[in-house]
Amino acid sequence: MAKEMIKGNIAIAEAAIRAGLQAYFGYPITPQTELLEHLSARMPELGRPFVQAESELGAINMVYGVACTGKRVMTSSSSPGVSLMMEGLSYIAGTEVPAVLVDVVRGGPGLGNIAPAQGDYNQIVHGGGHGDYHMLVLAPASVQEAIDLTVLSFDLAEKYRNIVAVLLDGSIGQMMEPAELPPMQPLKTETPDWAVRGTHGGEKRVLTSINLDPPAQEVMNLRLMKRWQAIEENEVRYKSYYLDDAEFVVVGFGTAGRISLSAVRAARDKGIKVGLLRPITVAPFPKDVLDNLTQNVKAFLVVEMNSGQMLEDVRLVVRGRKPVEFYGRMGGVVPFPDEVLTEIERLVEEPITTEGHPRDRWLSRLAAAIG
Amino acid sequence: MVIADVPTKIVYKRPSVLDPQVTHYCPGCTHGVAHRLVGEVLEEMNEVENTIGVASVGCSVFAYNYFNIDFVEASHGRAPAMATGIKRVLPDCTVFTYQGDGDLASIGMGEIVGAASRGEKITVIFINNANYGMTGGQMAPTTIPGQVTSSSPTGREVSRQGYPIQTAELLATLGGAVYVVRRSMHNAREIRRAKKAIRTAFEVQKHGLGFSLVELLSTCPTNWGMTPVEAREWIEERMMPVFPLGDYKVSSAVADLKF
Repeated sequence: MAKEMIKGNIAIAEAAIRAGLQAYFGYPITPQTELLEHLSARMPELGRPFVQAESELGAINMVYGVACTGKRVMTSSSSPGVSLMMEGLSYIAGTEVPAVLVDVVRGGPGLGNIAPAQGDYNQIVHGGGHGDYHMLVLAPASVQEAIDLTVLSFDLAEKYRNIVAVLLDGSIGQMMEPAELPPMQPLKTETPDWAVRGTHGGEKRVLTSINLDPPAQEVMNLRLMKRWQAIEENEVRYKSYYLDDAEFVVVGFGTAGRISLSAVRAARDKGIKVGLLRPITVAPFPKDVLDNLTQNVKAFLVVEMNSGQMLEDVRLVVRGRKPVEFYGRMGGVVPFPDEVLTEIERLVEEPITTEGHPRDRWLSRLAAAIG
Repeated sequence: MVIADVPTKIVYKRPSVLDPQVTHYCPGCTHGVAHRLVGEVLEEMNEVENTIGVASVGCSVFAYNYFNIDFVEASHGRAPAMATGIKRVLPDCTVFTYQGDGDLASIGMGEIVGAASRGEKITVIFINNANYGMTGGQMAPTTIPGQVTSSSPTGREVSRQGYPIQTAELLATLGGAVYVVRRSMHNAREIRRAKKAIRTAFEVQKHGLGFSLVELLSTCPTNWGMTPVEAREWIEERMMPVFPLGDYKVSSAVADLKF
């Protein structure tokens, strides 16, 4: 199929359809709404269920119902709406059924604004809903990658009976760029053994997240953790740029990673040996590659559109062995490549330290710059 | 005395859809009767193997332990949303929720109104026992004025604690709801009428007519602090004036239904 100019939100919706999406439930919220709008036309056209739910609570629980039937199901929302879905996500995780969530992150907290941000990293990667569980989180940096990762998300969700979140920001959702959509896949016809469908002469199936017996609940918790270990073992994905001879490494995901790539290229033009590590799975986090880099580089710069949420994951891997600096913009402000370039140059030129916290240094610099 | 020649006839047996479990419901509670009615109806309609139940949060959270049918367990109040998802992808299955009054009429009011207004082809069995049973008898949206509960210790005072929600009346106003009735479990006659309503509600679904709900006034002797007999009398004397029995919505298509 040829490349076409396509908007991120619509590309994800169409990619999901072509990946065999069997039902969609959602609720309008900017900057995600085009995704729901596209599916509101396409799903009925294809004879597949689409419901604009009464709320995000309704939407995620419709997803939960379909997930229990083993069919390919998805919802999408943006930050405040995803907060409302956290209850349902915890139940889906607790029932060990597969589902896909697309979160087009906007500025926050609270109502915040509708501009691009990455402030929901912690919510999606480190929790959100109650109880011990992990979502597998894919972070695209372009419309093409959003398409590819959406297709992948369904396979991963089914493989591990786990929630897969596609975590992007409003700019990728809203941006149009050339991308190629995948061919249409036939809908899944087989039903997994565990899925409800009516007994039809067999044993009854009960899908629930309640387990009043603590030792039995712990067995379930251990099963989830074992599954997560398998995901950490097999599903780490990242992109590396100019890392072979890099003395300095920028780490950024999604749009922040993409902007950083422009800055890295500009720095290379100036003769600075800098590379970029862009995690595609922010959960599981690409620890091994970062650990290897720690042996060889002089310092790291983490760039995010938040106050340094992934920064903590980087620091856990680097463990003070090399200096880590941080640069972020918040509240829906998207950094320019020049800002990141300045930070790279500062990393090279100014004395750096493994003492203190990079967030504190960043905040004091930021205060001087914007008051 | 020889009795061998006396002919015997089975007049009562446990529907095979119900598992012979020891009940976790309290003595005198009518959940068990409601379960049985649902089981009998599904058996009579030959729908047992084609049914998916959605249990809710409250005393009936373990409803799935009693039915030999596929079941899922929803979070508090969200059973109609879960049932919506299931029914939309498995339209040939019979899908029902079994919800209490705290679950359906308080935390889950958004989901039930959404499902009813969309005309989801699901059946809702709604147990109204005027309190939160599972957590020990707190005030519910269905608690009647003056009723003492563990969180309205001096009796529900409407000026401070508002009025009970008449769920059947409220949902009957919605276009997608085609069969909405209230019945009671306080005596044999009403139980028989309740069964007929439950049958109609499932037939409505089977015929694809829209959303159906049967509200059942039910006892909670433990939390009401009454004997089972007193509890049944209390339904008649105190609950029924606030929650009158009746057919609140029977669409013309439902009225024409033959089964």
